[in-house]
Amino acid sequence: MSTSAANPGLRAQPRDDGSRPAPAVSDVRLERVTKRFDDVVAVDDLSLEIEHGSFFALLGPSGCGKTTTLRMIGGFEEPTAGTIFLGEQDVTGLPPYKRDVNTVFQSYALFPHLSIFENVAFGLRRRGAPRGEIGRRVGEALELVALGGLEKRKPRQLSGGQQQRVALARALVNRPRVLLLDEPLGALDLKLRKQMQLELKGIQNEVAVTFVHVTHDQEEAMTMADRIAVMNEGRVEQLGSPSELYERPRTAFVAGFLGVSNLLPGTVSGDAAVRLDGGGEVRVTPDALAGRTGRVALGIRPEKIRLGGDEANVLEGVVEERSYIGVATQYIVATPAGLVTVYSQNSEPSAAAAAVGSRMSLNWPPEATFVVDTTQEVPK
Amino acid sequence: MTVAAERLPLSGRSRSGARLVARIRHHALTAAALAALVFLLLPIAVVIAFSFNDPAGRFNFTWERFTLDNWANPFGFPDLQGSVVLSLEIAALSSLVATALGTLIALALARHRFRGRAATNLLIFLPMAAPEIVMGSSLLALFLNYSVPLGFTTILIAHIMFNISFVVVTVRARLAGQDMHLEEAAMDLFASPWATFLRVTLPLIAPGILAGGLLAFALSVDDFVITYLVSGSDQTFPLFVWGAARVAVPPQINVIGTIIFVAAVALMVANVLWQLRRTPKGAQ
Repeated sequence: MSTSAANPGLRAQPRDDGSRPAPAVSDVRLERVTKRFDDVVAVDDLSLEIEHGSFFALLGPSGCGKTTTLRMIGGFEEPTAGTIFLGEQDVTGLPPYKRDVNTVFQSYALFPHLSIFENVAFGLRRRGAPRGEIGRRVGEALELVALGGLEKRKPRQLSGGQQQRVALARALVNRPRVLLLDEPLGALDLKLRKQMQLELKGIQNEVAVTFVHVTHDQEEAMTMADRIAVMNEGRVEQLGSPSELYERPRTAFVAGFLGVSNLLPGTVSGDAAVRLDGGGEVRVTPDALAGRTGRVALGIRPEKIRLGGDEANVLEGVVEERSYIGVATQYIVATPAGLVTVYSQNSEPSAAAAAVGSRMSLNWPPEATFVVDTTQEVPK
Repeated sequence: MTVAAERLPLSGRSRSGARLVARIRHHALTAAALAALVFLLLPIAVVIAFSFNDPAGRFNFTWERFTLDNWANPFGFPDLQGSVVLSLEIAALSSLVATALGTLIALALARHRFRGRAATNLLIFLPMAAPEIVMGSSLLALFLNYSVPLGFTTILIAHIMFNISFVVVTVRARLAGQDMHLEEAAMDLFASPWATFLRVTLPLIAPGILAGGLLAFALSVDDFVITYLVSGSDQTFPLFVWGAARVAVPPQINVIGTIIFVAAVALMVANVLWQLRRTPKGAQ
């Protein structure tokens, strides 16, 4: 990406009108928003605040309501109930063309009959920007996405990755308060997707515009976003930074959606201990327990378990399956508490792998343990 | 050795035989296609050729000698000019109105959900499916019942009615192949619904609208059955030809027919060229 000083227009700087709100005001605020399609509840009493300048991801499986939420922020759907604010302005009921947001569509939706220049200039022209300013800002926006010189082409003449960048430039050139991205990388192949993830993150740092990004790809969300809302069945299951969500998932759904987790059923047996159903007590931090009592599920990430050692928590078991996956070897270990997945780092070339059927002692510290209410991903 | 020597020419002969069969097979389709084309185009060629004929009597059926007189004086036959002008007026007006209404109906059917949408979708096919004689006589009954004087207005109404369906079908096909997000993207980029329609929807469906309009124009110029029933004493070009043919077939009819044919072909070629120009080089 170009980082020259030649195009300051899109760089982080006060907005033209100097009306940038104080940091205390969030750029997007949803208050108890519900969206029903006939009798299907797509979004269920959702409240959300998105801070200015953040890269915010709405993450969830298909049908969880994330795209509907995005479309309500953009104005393409009206909420059945609730209020949507952009900054301090209540925009509920305003059509898309009266909202200070722009969208990068999953299909890019570039206008096939217009040149790249006219595609990017579309928003500026509708707002009646002077001719000279349009030329300058379109040039800057295309520089930003490294597509300078392609102004005269038609969208069909560009590759998928280039079309994606045009869609991004077409939205960013308007300097929106919020940029909405609807699975923008879904149509790209894996390698290009990885590259665009980093570029998008870089561009967001550069322009300091709030990005709201919808995806079902947990890795994509973790790579780019600094805040993630994990959505399920129209509700936010958990909201936090990628590391918070990964290290301290609050529900079985979040634990299962972001990475791999071992969830073992048990009963709280103290203010920092859980007795597993298969016998044996496990130490946890009081923080992780968060005042829970009775039935819970204990969670451990497979890579946090060590084979042997003298950590506080130990679980004995027999290797059922072993598979070599390059950076690590994956074991499925049968323990009295249930099957446990373990990743053993292949950091030493000589590390001997444990054979199927051999006994194994699984060790992990209390801090690596999290607690959720149940092993069921969807309660009830 | 001898066996082999005897076999060689034999296999050579059978090979050339197979080649002949392959060649016939290869060209059979071309030949059949050419024959079909000749079958289709020969009548048109005859019409054009006889526009240069100087017939001996009142019927332009046998070739006498070449002349340019008919072309120099294409309206040199009583009432011919009036019927051509009427046909063109009706065609222009009816295709214009039908294209405007048909485009709006197609947009409504493709973009909006409303009560009676399924019924409209079905009913729009009726004028295309119903026999012309049925439609014509129903219209005539309607006009007579309401004592509408037959003439220009009734012909125009009839032509608009049967043209709308064709425009709707053509424009809707164009709309169906379009990404719905394009209109959302325009609105997202601060275009009001009207600006979205003018800047995005209309340019994208323009080829469909143009095709629908041309089709409507051609159908209107061509129509006989419905027009015959609702025209009263007015005569469009097809009605004039029909009436004239009973007493005389002047070569001027061939001249007008040739002009209509050439104009239609020119429009088609122009449309194709326009489409090619819109498709940028290197795109599929």
